[in-house]
Amino acid sequence: MDGTRAVTIIDPVRLLAIARKEWIQVRRDRRSLYLAFGLPLLLLIFFGYAINWDIEDLPLAVLDRDHTAESRALVDAFTASGLFTVVDRPAREAEVEAGLVSGAVRAALVVPPGFARDAAAGDARVQLLLDGADANTATVALGYADAIVARYGARLAGSRTSAPPIDPQARVWYNPTLESKNMIVPALIAVIMSVIAALLTALTIAREWERGTMEQLAASPVSRVEVVLGKLLPYLAIGLVDVAAAVAAGLLVFQAPLRGDVFLLGVLTILFLAGALGFGIFISAAVKSQVLATQMGLIATYLPSLLLSGFLFDIASMPLPLQGVTLLVPARYFVTVTRGIFLKGVGLEALWPQALMMIAFATLGLALAVRAFKKEIPA
Amino acid sequence: MSGFRLKLLRIRRLARKELRQLFRDPRTKRIIFASPIVQLLLFGYAVNTDVRDVRMFVQDHDRTADSRGLVQSLTAGTEFRLAGTSDRAADLTRALDHGDATVGIVIPAGFEADLAAGRTADVQVIVDGTNSNTGILAQGYATRAIQAYGLRRAAERTGVAPDPPVQLDARAWFNPGLVSRVYNVPAVVGMIVMLMSMLLTALSVVRERELGTLDQLLVSPLSAGELMLGKTIPVAAIAMVQLALVTTVALLWFRIPFRGSFLLLLFAAALFILAGLAVGLLISTVSRTQQEAFLGLFLTLFPVVILSGFLYPVETMPPFFERLSLLNPLHHFLVIARSVFLKGAGIVVLWPQVAALAGMAVVGLWAATRRFRGVVG
Repeated sequence: MDGTRAVTIIDPVRLLAIARKEWIQVRRDRRSLYLAFGLPLLLLIFFGYAINWDIEDLPLAVLDRDHTAESRALVDAFTASGLFTVVDRPAREAEVEAGLVSGAVRAALVVPPGFARDAAAGDARVQLLLDGADANTATVALGYADAIVARYGARLAGSRTSAPPIDPQARVWYNPTLESKNMIVPALIAVIMSVIAALLTALTIAREWERGTMEQLAASPVSRVEVVLGKLLPYLAIGLVDVAAAVAAGLLVFQAPLRGDVFLLGVLTILFLAGALGFGIFISAAVKSQVLATQMGLIATYLPSLLLSGFLFDIASMPLPLQGVTLLVPARYFVTVTRGIFLKGVGLEALWPQALMMIAFATLGLALAVRAFKKEIPA
Repeated sequence: MSGFRLKLLRIRRLARKELRQLFRDPRTKRIIFASPIVQLLLFGYAVNTDVRDVRMFVQDHDRTADSRGLVQSLTAGTEFRLAGTSDRAADLTRALDHGDATVGIVIPAGFEADLAAGRTADVQVIVDGTNSNTGILAQGYATRAIQAYGLRRAAERTGVAPDPPVQLDARAWFNPGLVSRVYNVPAVVGMIVMLMSMLLTALSVVRERELGTLDQLLVSPLSAGELMLGKTIPVAAIAMVQLALVTTVALLWFRIPFRGSFLLLLFAAALFILAGLAVGLLISTVSRTQQEAFLGLFLTLFPVVILSGFLYPVETMPPFFERLSLLNPLHHFLVIARSVFLKGAGIVVLWPQVAALAGMAVVGLWAATRRFRGVVG
């Protein structure tokens, strides 16, 4: 009765047999295989080009009530920055409002009459109206506008004002030119792989249940551990090829810097994939239906790895309970690892907490998968 | 009975069968009704780009009342939290390398003396450039706060308030505090609804095909169009309920202001959901296995979110991607949702987006039906 459970030693022959069977099955579904290999690369290249974090050419409306050389110089200072493009020169305040409501302009600069005279007297005001509905863009635009006006004012004042009391000097580490592709490419590899990995295995056991081949698998003399590991191996290979291709594309197509140890990246990738693939098998074995496995797999990985991994939103700025939740998102650790190895060039001395968490997740994922995979056939 | 009434009856029967099938598994009910609420509660707190609690490491070589005063003025607000202080450069490097801090401030020796003598003091602001745009925003905040501190100290010393010759008087409309959550939560509502409606349809046809139950449907008197309608209507109804649930959470829990017309939002949402379902159905009819449909779903979901203007305005993307985003139902719905929630905009302003969604829903459903006829034939 307990014959299957008595087999606790992993027999490499049986393990490889399962792996080969799974590989044949994977190979037979050609289109899925192409997708599994092509998808990460395609998405990476697509987004590497599409995502542009730098805000530029923001549509600006200008209402110049002063019509002097000074007011024109101020408007020029705005357009020369490259951040703003003047798309509209309304005649009245009401038109400014209409432009902001319709979204035709994101900001409006209003220069009051008498601006040149007031500026000469050292007490001029200009008004900047921002489309606050897009708070992200508005905050960045406000910062730039502040700097533009301050510089303009300083130039106008000339030698009248003395040197500033403190001159803050800004430095950016790890990515001095602030190129967005450098920030995005390493993290995107991690996010894409988080979803792909769960996706690859989420259907594997549910499929056996739905197609009725589960009975054959149950009748065969293999242990649960062998089945889980055997099913995992082909997907691990696919995942590794995916990551290798994505890293190569990051280096060759986007010229992202890889400052750290490639070997360490490889080892941590295997750890991460083992956990994520194991988690997929767990979902698959637990729900036994391909539709449910799909839904759960996507809900559990897609938005969490996009929003809770630190890829787009700083985890330290989140409320504390939510920071606790992010500890359960494996993508969080992988994003830190890829950014650390690519951009910071750090090794295990900095990444050991992430490595430990990834070991814990791999162990947990595989253990859950083995536990959920029952070989009994219900009556 | 007339042909039309028979048609309606057949569609109703199929819709009822679909609903029964969907809810046969009690776990599905949880996925459909509980998960959108849980997702919004989690992600609503996550989508925050305000500079808040950013960890700051201070390398203080001066160790005077003035240097401490500067640090205090930086950490007094909600923007920065002190992650550590040291007078060795290695400690700052370590803090940024290990990700313990995002911003580093270096105060040089002689800082207080420079301030007292009226010489310009140099303070370095170092930011971790790997950490999305939070670092960049934080750098701007820190720079401005340091300048302000210097001006204040100078004013205290000389007794003259320094006044810049031109002052910028900025006002943010629709969201005076520039709270990013107000902007992002309506977007998360759209994302969740899109994800759920695609999830509910992407496997629907291919599943019947794989299980062989499609043959049974084929021998029934249902036409391809009726089959598509019977599959679409129940899911559309469920998606509308989901939308109502998450919108309620957004309004009552996150207190997102709502200034526009509910009717317009509802109408646009119905079109948006139909367009989303059509994309899901298309994937389902194109795929031969559920695995394939699953991968196809994933292939669509990423571009849908990235090209939606969720985080960054579509206008800043290269022209090719900007045009591509016009084919994205989520992009149009986000424009509508944000405008209706925050700006109170009406149909006069939003008709291009509404028309685009209507067009996508019609063309998408038509294409899915056609594809389906191909599958059936």
